[in-house]
Amino acid sequence: MRSFTYERANSPAEAAAAAARKQGAKFIAGGTNLLDLMKLEIETPAHLIDVNRLGLDKIEPTADGGLRVGALVRNTDLAADERVRRDYGVLSRALLAGASGQLRNKATTAGNLLQRTRCPYFYDTNQPCNKRQPGSGCAAIGGVSRQHAVIGASEACIATHPSDMAVAMRALDATVETIQADGAARKIPIAEFHRLPGSTPEVETSLAPGELITAVTLPKPVGGKQIYRKVRDRASYAFALVSVAAIVQRDGSGRVALGGVAHKPWRVEAAEAELPRGAKAVTARLLADAKPTHENAFKLLLAERTLGAVLAEARG
Amino acid sequence: MKFETPATTNPIDQLKIIGKPADRIDGPFKTTGTAPYAYERHDNIANPACGYVVGSAIAKGRIASMDLTAAKTASGVLAIVTADNAGKLAKGNFNFATLLGGPEIEHYHQAIALVVAETFEQARAAAQLVRVDYVKADGAFDLAAVKDSGKPARITGGPADTAVGDFAGAFAAAPVQLDATYTTPDHAHAMMEPHASMAAWDGDKLIVWTSNQMIDWSVGDLAKTLGMPKDKVRLISPFIGGGFGGKLWVRADAMLAALGARAAGRPVKVALTRPMMFNNTVHRPATIQRIRIGATRDGKITAIGHEGWSGNLPGGKPEAAVQATRLLYAGANRMTATRLAVLDLPEGNAMRAPGEAPGMMALEIAIDEMAEKLGLDPIEFRILNDTQVDPEKPERAFSHRPLIACMGLGANRFDWSKRNPRPGQVRDGRSLVGIGMAAAFRNNPVMKSGARVRLDNRGVVVVETDMTDIGTGTYTIIAQTAAEMMGLPLDKIIVRLGDSAFPVSAGSGGQWGANSSTSGVYAACVKLREAVAQKLGFNSTEADFADGQVRSGNRSVPLAQAAGENGIVAEDVMEFGDLGKKYQQSTFGAHFVEVGVDAATAEIRVRRMLAVCAAGRILNPKSARSQVIGAMTMGAGAALMEELTVDKRAGFFVNHDLAGYEVPVHADIPHQDVIFLDETDPMSSPMKAKGVGELGICGVGAAIANAIYNATGVRVRDYPITLDKLLARLPEVA
Ligand SMILES: Cc1cc2nc3c(=O)[nH]c(=O)nc-3n(C[C@H](O)[C@H](O)[C@H](O)COP(=O)(O)OP(=O)(O)OC[C@H]3O[C@@H](n4cnc5c(N)ncnc54)[C@H](O)[C@@H]3O)c2cc1C
Ligand code: SF4
Repeated sequence: MRSFTYERANSPAEAAAAAARKQGAKFIAGGTNLLDLMKLEIETPAHLIDVNRLGLDKIEPTADGGLRVGALVRNTDLAADERVRRDYGVLSRALLAGASGQLRNKATTAGNLLQRTRCPYFYDTNQPCNKRQPGSGCAAIGGVSRQHAVIGASEACIATHPSDMAVAMRALDATVETIQADGAARKIPIAEFHRLPGSTPEVETSLAPGELITAVTLPKPVGGKQIYRKVRDRASYAFALVSVAAIVQRDGSGRVALGGVAHKPWRVEAAEAELPRGAKAVTARLLADAKPTHENAFKLLLAERTLGAVLAEARG
Repeated sequence: MKFETPATTNPIDQLKIIGKPADRIDGPFKTTGTAPYAYERHDNIANPACGYVVGSAIAKGRIASMDLTAAKTASGVLAIVTADNAGKLAKGNFNFATLLGGPEIEHYHQAIALVVAETFEQARAAAQLVRVDYVKADGAFDLAAVKDSGKPARITGGPADTAVGDFAGAFAAAPVQLDATYTTPDHAHAMMEPHASMAAWDGDKLIVWTSNQMIDWSVGDLAKTLGMPKDKVRLISPFIGGGFGGKLWVRADAMLAALGARAAGRPVKVALTRPMMFNNTVHRPATIQRIRIGATRDGKITAIGHEGWSGNLPGGKPEAAVQATRLLYAGANRMTATRLAVLDLPEGNAMRAPGEAPGMMALEIAIDEMAEKLGLDPIEFRILNDTQVDPEKPERAFSHRPLIACMGLGANRFDWSKRNPRPGQVRDGRSLVGIGMAAAFRNNPVMKSGARVRLDNRGVVVVETDMTDIGTGTYTIIAQTAAEMMGLPLDKIIVRLGDSAFPVSAGSGGQWGANSSTSGVYAACVKLREAVAQKLGFNSTEADFADGQVRSGNRSVPLAQAAGENGIVAEDVMEFGDLGKKYQQSTFGAHFVEVGVDAATAEIRVRRMLAVCAAGRILNPKSARSQVIGAMTMGAGAALMEELTVDKRAGFFVNHDLAGYEVPVHADIPHQDVIFLDETDPMSSPMKAKGVGELGICGVGAAIANAIYNATGVRVRDYPITLDKLLARLPEVA
């Protein structure tokens, strides 16, 4: 770990301004991802801005009947919130499928969205990795890639985004609210929040440098059966091989987002038109341009079968 | 004392304290955080400096240059140890790779430097400033690719090749045949406490608080490595947070702490970080195993052959996967062969039940496959081919072999008769349900073991031995042994372990620890009883030690009084004669498992587990049960998820942390039942006990594999059995 300076910000605007002022500054929330990465010198911020006391830890109703989730709301609290459990069940279930109780007690909404990949080569500073060190190459291509992306990857990077929460938020059409260094607020639809790797895998979101997440808003509840199914080798405390977030309405229409398959939560709205024709038809559209490695080709069949099980559960 | 003839009746047979489920003596220390581990021995060293190990970034080649300039001037740095400045170092008898690499690099994350600083954070930050230029060399990293270059290699207790009768002829002639190849991956010990040591010099004397299973081996190896006399080195390791074989030897932490302390001129502590442990230390090597079995139509094995391939660094040992096949089933014509190829991966070495654990993972699937071909129940097939003698040397009988009883009792308890032998038939909700079983088998080695016992004037007995408690319950069973022998309650016994100043013991390894070390304590207590009797003028064979008194005829003296002001000390070593040669001594068991396999996703979850174990006298059923359920858990890990994934280009284990190397969590492990047969084995020792800690893992993986087959009809021969290996072949969802 490199030495760094530390400050505690007192308002969102002040935090964003401070981030712009100091070169190499980063926000720290629960620290469950950032601190690990700093110890390994994968992240080397020169300055940390502690955002834990910004008062962004509330869940409040919005004017249009949705919910506004503060950036600092802990994963545990979000999953347990009565309104979330009632109206956004897919989100509560996704959160509880992630990490462990202790981690969820610390992990925040914004931190979860911004957690970095679990590609093992990203974690080993001896290995080439374009995401960690742009231009150094990608050790996962042609290497150990069972966990990696099957769609939307590039020649620069085949990593996945590991969040469960984000997959549910994608299905719910959430919006990320931010504040920039100049104090201007922004609303970013979740669909545009995470990026595909392209030739710059180190750029993972559409946030500008120093931009602070203040909240995530959930639109008015859409009802339906809300299911989150996470498939993994170990029963708990493991990242998804494939996960499915689904909202299925009584008439058979609905929404589907996949986790564990791409550099971002994977949702193709057009594929949802196939829902009445079943899981095979949906995944055929959803994963039409998939380019798996020989180690993770099984994820295509797994996604189809998992979705099949989810749809059966929704019907049942 | 020499143990040369079968045990007769002795004070242990009273079973007043031995055989009772006494709570772990060390339990309250561990659960309250007051058991001191090596890295936190601040009770001895108030302010040690901290060392941080730099590991090689390449798997094979050499260091062209190393630039320490930035690291040396970083804040808090006291010293940097490298092969260049460490002085002459030898390789320990038990190490294959050198512990401090450079300029030659033998494996990934081989230690190449230790940075010593005032704080851990400073040492780590400076370590990341060490700049190294390497010249990479090509290495061999893919066992399957190099397997055919493997050379015959001796296994523990046997030659590379064994042959009886005419295997090839009998196999070719057999009406029912199986010829299948199985693979097991590299496994990590993945114990909780990392390798950790704190070292201090006092002139030319070195003292190291460390975490080590085998004190005497390691004193010897540390002395040899550092080029100093053995009697100048003291190791202290009273509490160990797990080892599983990974701490049988001196590792880089101990050696570098010693070198770091010398360089810094003050005590230094070193712990390996978790991401470093997987490639820096040792692992259970991967195997490729070919098993051929030929049988008559009515199920008698006529030919059985097992070939095992593994790889290791030059000079390393093979994984003795064929070991169990030499002894477990009858068959007039038989062969085993062990081949070892050179691999430039980190050093492969012993992990819980080396040989048998991966060997039984393959053999016991093969037996299940063969039973199915024969249309026999797998238990019936095993019973048909049971043997009460060493099948390679029929003149050698097993000392005691109740394998059939284990299977029978287990079948009964597990409702085996209700199992549908046709695979893929049972559905419960989302799951396809299957039941499988496997035999358990592990040899019962014994090792010379010494102890010193001191009776004081309060009537307290202090036992000292360099034996270790790696979480197994050693403190407790040693106290139970001394209490039983001296007629004292448990709270009058104090046990001190893990210090090289104490008599040399068997140490903890190869499941010999419990039986051998308590036998050493038994021997010392026999001497102490004699000394007490003699002092009181009693005939020692008639003296009765009970209730804190020693009695003879109508005289009765409290032990405290017998001890006198200065107390009485006795010391002895238990040495084992050739009963282990005359009789084959092994432990037996049967594992039963029920699994559910998700009909859609092929996720595999264990639903029920039972182990029936025959391991001689069970000294403490509570700690023995803990050993077995831990071993069953580890077996489930090996069956379902544990695999060090090799990057075959760069030559290292990629998933080198506990996020990537998955071991079972609570949610993976269902209710576990353990039953011990009520038995003794007088050939084994005066304790009539055997090992149990390794027996528990042997066969678990195959029982799970067989249950998965029963659930799905998909036979997977490559571990771990993950859902991707089943998915495309699952039966149609009803
Ligand atoms: C062992 C382990 C297992 C895990 N398993 C799972 C799992 O199964 N599923 C899953 O989804 N997750 C899992 N996680 C990840 C976990 O969810 C994340 O670590 C956590 O959500 C991060 O939140 P945090 O508040 O601790 O973020 P931090 O570590 O504090 O920050 C993460 C990043 O977000 C940035 N950041 C934080 N707050 C803001 C803000 N308000 N505005 C802008 N930037 C901000 C930080 O600068 C940093 O770059 C696991 C983590 C661990 C350690
Ligand atoms: S997949 Fe991405 S994160 Fe992984 S090594 Fe390649 S570039 Fe790095």
